[in-house]
Amino acid sequence: MSANTAVAAKYRNNFLKEIEEQVEMGDWVKMCMQCGVCSGSCPTNFQGAWEHPPQELFMMIRAGKREEVLTTSSMWNCTSCYNCIVRCPRKLPITHIMHGIAEYAHRLGMAPKLQPTRFFSGLFWKNATKTGRVNELKLSMGLYFKDGFVQGIKNGMAMQAVALGLVKAKRLNVMELFGGHKCKDQKGIQAMLKKAYEIERSRKTARIAG
Amino acid sequence: MSKHEYAFYPGCSSQKGASASNYLTSVEAMCKTLDVKLTEIPDWNCCGASIGYAEAGELPRHVLNARNFALSEQNLPGQEIVATCAACWLGARETRERLTHSDTLMADTREALKEAGLTINEMPEIRHMVEVLIEDLGFEEMAKHVVRPLEGMKIAGYVGCQTNRPFGVAGESFENPVYLDKMVEMVGAEPIPEYEQKVTCCGGALAFSEPEKAQAQIKDIVESAYDHGAEMIVTPCPLCQANVEIYQGQINKRYGTKFDIPVMYYSQLMVVAYGGDAKAAALNGQVIKARRLEEIAAKPVKR
Repeated sequence: MSANTAVAAKYRNNFLKEIEEQVEMGDWVKMCMQCGVCSGSCPTNFQGAWEHPPQELFMMIRAGKREEVLTTSSMWNCTSCYNCIVRCPRKLPITHIMHGIAEYAHRLGMAPKLQPTRFFSGLFWKNATKTGRVNELKLSMGLYFKDGFVQGIKNGMAMQAVALGLVKAKRLNVMELFGGHKCKDQKGIQAMLKKAYEIERSRKTARIAG
Repeated sequence: MSKHEYAFYPGCSSQKGASASNYLTSVEAMCKTLDVKLTEIPDWNCCGASIGYAEAGELPRHVLNARNFALSEQNLPGQEIVATCAACWLGARETRERLTHSDTLMADTREALKEAGLTINEMPEIRHMVEVLIEDLGFEEMAKHVVRPLEGMKIAGYVGCQTNRPFGVAGESFENPVYLDKMVEMVGAEPIPEYEQKVTCCGGALAFSEPEKAQAQIKDIVESAYDHGAEMIVTPCPLCQANVEIYQGQINKRYGTKFDIPVMYYSQLMVVAYGGDAKAAALNGQVIKARRLEEIAAKPVKR
């Protein structure tokens, strides 16, 4: 049974409960009073990038629109500017809820595969936790080459002027490709993160079983 | 012994050859003048930043930040943690807040930390460098060291998001924080209090993943600075600095604009005003050169 089928079976017609129990800060969703200040404060929603802006997502969760919410690209447009958080009259931690829903959709394999920020988000986390510190060059290369070698070269060429400017200013080091900054206790970092994932998984599974 | 000592969390972008290495260089020179002692937390790790959310989950993210707390406590007991990067500061503060408010998260974090042979007994205070400057030193003390006022320069104070929200600097408003304008004034330059894009988002990580969306926002930020007659933008955040500076060429191509405005850190302005040279202020780290500031930095100081 896939992860998605397991949770879908448990929560059946109660998507709100599923979000409350499985998504970080999900228990805040029911507090939304649909004023729309979050949507009106969101810089990328202002550009029309959100198919369903935050307050709409909150209502859709309450209405049980599971498939639509988890497969939308909407929350991947979050720039983590925290404008919605500080303006929300009911103090919902909206930025964290958006990240939480996105992470949940990603974990269930329902997030849109080609959404570029979903890809970059995973790339960033892996890059940072591999050695304990971000390798900016490998991070950029990983993004440019996500759609194959030819597209990667094209993307690299498009970014050439930006990259050269940074190299000249000594803010991008080509040697980072062959190593770069890292933590000493990488083993310890891997072990503690592995444990953290185990604990988090077991807590969430316990809620499904409970 | 210095009056002001802190455990220092420089963050990934501040490292040698990284995108905000000029920030660190200027912070070091600034702290030398102000007699602020920063001791790097040994073997500190990445905060995970906001953008790591797809893979990070909740607990792993907090464990990552908690490792820095534990290392700080072990090596620099009793010292507050100071970050120069907005994302590092935000990530660490968020972890501090969550762990303080949830016994379960705290217990789980301790259990995971054990795997790295670490523990937390006391929760550290997490400060941003601008908080240290404003709250621990104060504007009067900062102003005392100005020997080369940046007279005649009009500078737009771009605070951005993560130094301002959701935590922000105490006593400041989220919509119109004024401390950066006060810092511009303190170094002898002219601030632009009516600069309406001062807390607009630069697009954050979307500058990498979806540049067209981020650049639409950066365009507004730069355009407004020009409209208000600024010759320079100043910011406290490494990602704001990079995003607003390095994509101006691409924005010019996309929108037919002619942007070419330097984007500086507050610490660079302070170092020059404190009599430091271009090297100490890391002016060579600008992609868009700050010519006027370079000229001022080359002038002899009247002491």
